[in-house]
Parts: sequence; C-alpha cells; structure tokens
Amino acid sequence: MDIRTIITGILLGLGCFLIVTGSVGVLRFPDFYTRMHPAGKTDTLGQGLVLLGLMVYEGVSFISVKLLFIIIFIFIANPTATHFLAQSAHLSGLKPWKKDD
Amino acid sequence: MSFIITTLIMFAFWILLSGEFTLILILSGVIFSCIVSFMCHDFFIGNANIKQETIRILKTIRYSPWLMWQIFLCNIDVVKMTFNPNMPISPTVVSFDPELKTNMGIVTLANSITLTPGTVTITGAKNKFLVHAITESAAESLMEGEMQRRVRELEGDISV
Amino acid sequence: MFSIVSIIILLSTILVLYRLIKGPVVFDRVLAANVIGTKAVVLLALIGFIYERPNFLDLALVYALTNFIATTAFLKYHEFGRLD
Repeated sequence: MDIRTIITGILLGLGCFLIVTGSVGVLRFPDFYTRMHPAGKTDTLGQGLVLLGLMVYEGVSFISVKLLFIIIFIFIANPTATHFLAQSAHLSGLKPWKKDD
Repeated sequence: MSFIITTLIMFAFWILLSGEFTLILILSGVIFSCIVSFMCHDFFIGNANIKQETIRILKTIRYSPWLMWQIFLCNIDVVKMTFNPNMPISPTVVSFDPELKTNMGIVTLANSITLTPGTVTITGAKNKFLVHAITESAAESLMEGEMQRRVRELEGDISV
Repeated sequence: MFSIVSIIILLSTILVLYRLIKGPVVFDRVLAANVIGTKAVVLLALIGFIYERPNFLDLALVYALTNFIATTAFLKYHEFGRLD
C-alpha cells in the first residue's frame, strides 16, 4: 500500500459520499427551487473529486490532461444549466415555497 | 494576427488531446486547425487587446483558490441539512443591484453565486439580480458584498 | 476499488429515478435528466479505468458537452414553442 493508492482511496470515498448525498437531497427536499441546490452544487463537487482521484492514480501523462479538461468543463457547464432551469421556471410563474404554509 | 493566434491555440488542443506524434496526425492537425480558425477567428479573438486579456486570465487564476474554499465550505452546510430529520430550511428570495459593467463580470458573478453557500441565481439582468437562498444566514452573508468586491477587481479598470 | 465506486454511483442513479417519475412539475423531470446525464460521464470514465481502455475518456468529454446542450435546447423549446 503506497501513498498514491491511499490518497486515491480517500478522494474517491469523499467524492462518492458527496454524490450519494446529492441524490438523497434531490429526493427529500420539498420544493423545486430547494431541490436545485443539491443537484447543482453537491453533485458537481462530488464529480470533481472523483475525477481528481483518478488523475492522482494515473500520474503525469496525456490521460491526466484529458481528465483536467473534463473537470474544467463540468465546473463551468453545470452551474450554468442550473441557472437556466431557475430562470425558465421563474418566467413560467412557479412560486417558491415559504416555511409557514 | 488573430488568425495566427487562433490557429496556434487550436493546434495546441489537438496535440494535447491526441497524444501521438506520427506524421499524418501532425499534418492533418495543421490543416484542420487552419480550416476551423478560418471560420471563427473573428469572434474568438477579434479586436481585443492582447495584453489586457492575458492579464485578465492571470487574475482569474488567482481568484479561483478562494472560490474553491467557498465551494467546499458550503457543501458541508448542504450535507448537514440533508441528513437532518427536521430539515431546518427557510427559503427566501432577495434581490440586489450589482455594480459591474462588463458582460464577463456579470457571468462570473452569476456562476460564483450559484456555486457558493446556499444561493442560486434566478435572474441575471444588467441591473437587477434575483437570488434564492436556502437559509437566512446565507442570504445575509451574500448581501455584505464580499464576492462583488472580488469580481470587480477582477474586471480591471475599464472606463466604459 | 473502482468497481465498488461504480456500483455505488449506479445505486444513486436509481434513487433519482423516483423523482423523474413522480415530480409534479415538468422542471423536476428536466433536473433529474440532467443529474442522470452527469452521472453517466463519471461512470464512463470509471469503466474506462477498469477495463484499461483510454479511449473511453473521449466519449466522456463528448457526452458532457451533449448533455449540456440537450438541457438548454429543451428549455428553449419549452419557453418559445419552437427551436429557431
């Protein structure tokens, strides 16, 4: 068990836990606007950590550069898609849920 | 001038993504880079000031570690709230007025708000931002204006 | 090690399917489809590592782009009625 496998294991475990939390959050939250928070934030970060673990496992090569491109693109594209969803729902007249209903 | 820079950037992407160095690949890389940059060099670089854009890219790289730290902090919040059986949320909607001038500043601010503790941008027009927050403390920490200050110094001194 | 992570991500995809079927508004279903698409990108990269084929990473990159454009195209159609 060398140090590289241990760091990869920690990063993969953390990313996996965040992805499961994101999915449970999408199930549990009570309203559409509150459901967007775990899907947009936690899911993106979990994916970033899993792919970063794969990068550490591989070392310095062309495969790591491709994984870095995927990570950069996911960090730019996922919040933008979440923002489009929120704006479209707001223009269709969906009202957010207040606590004292 | 912009044609040559676009060709060089496309060719660098080709080499990084393929990883082999035979003669046929390098030749076809040059040909396809020329074709693609002939079609799109007008709006990829255009009339922009080269030195200013390079300084802006370097400033963006300096701004990102603080952003990563904020992303990491907020996810601890969301994790705690998901696994709590009572779910203490109280969603609020706030609206404020950004003082940014360029389009790129507004886009960076909207993306940063979506990625950081407990807030999601709903409308991002030039003079009005609607933000949906999941707890009230997150909304207050947004209104203090820390993030706007940082994005404004990212824009530089543009006198438009 | 990679196999265990793949199975856990597959189980979390099945959890999101409930929201895809039930969700009372149409935007819930679009959100669930986006989440399933981004999980597919991670699964493709992991399967490429398990079976020692580095070509699967190109597929993951292209599918990340396609997923983003698909969500945007559906929302534009919903708002305007046509895709022009």
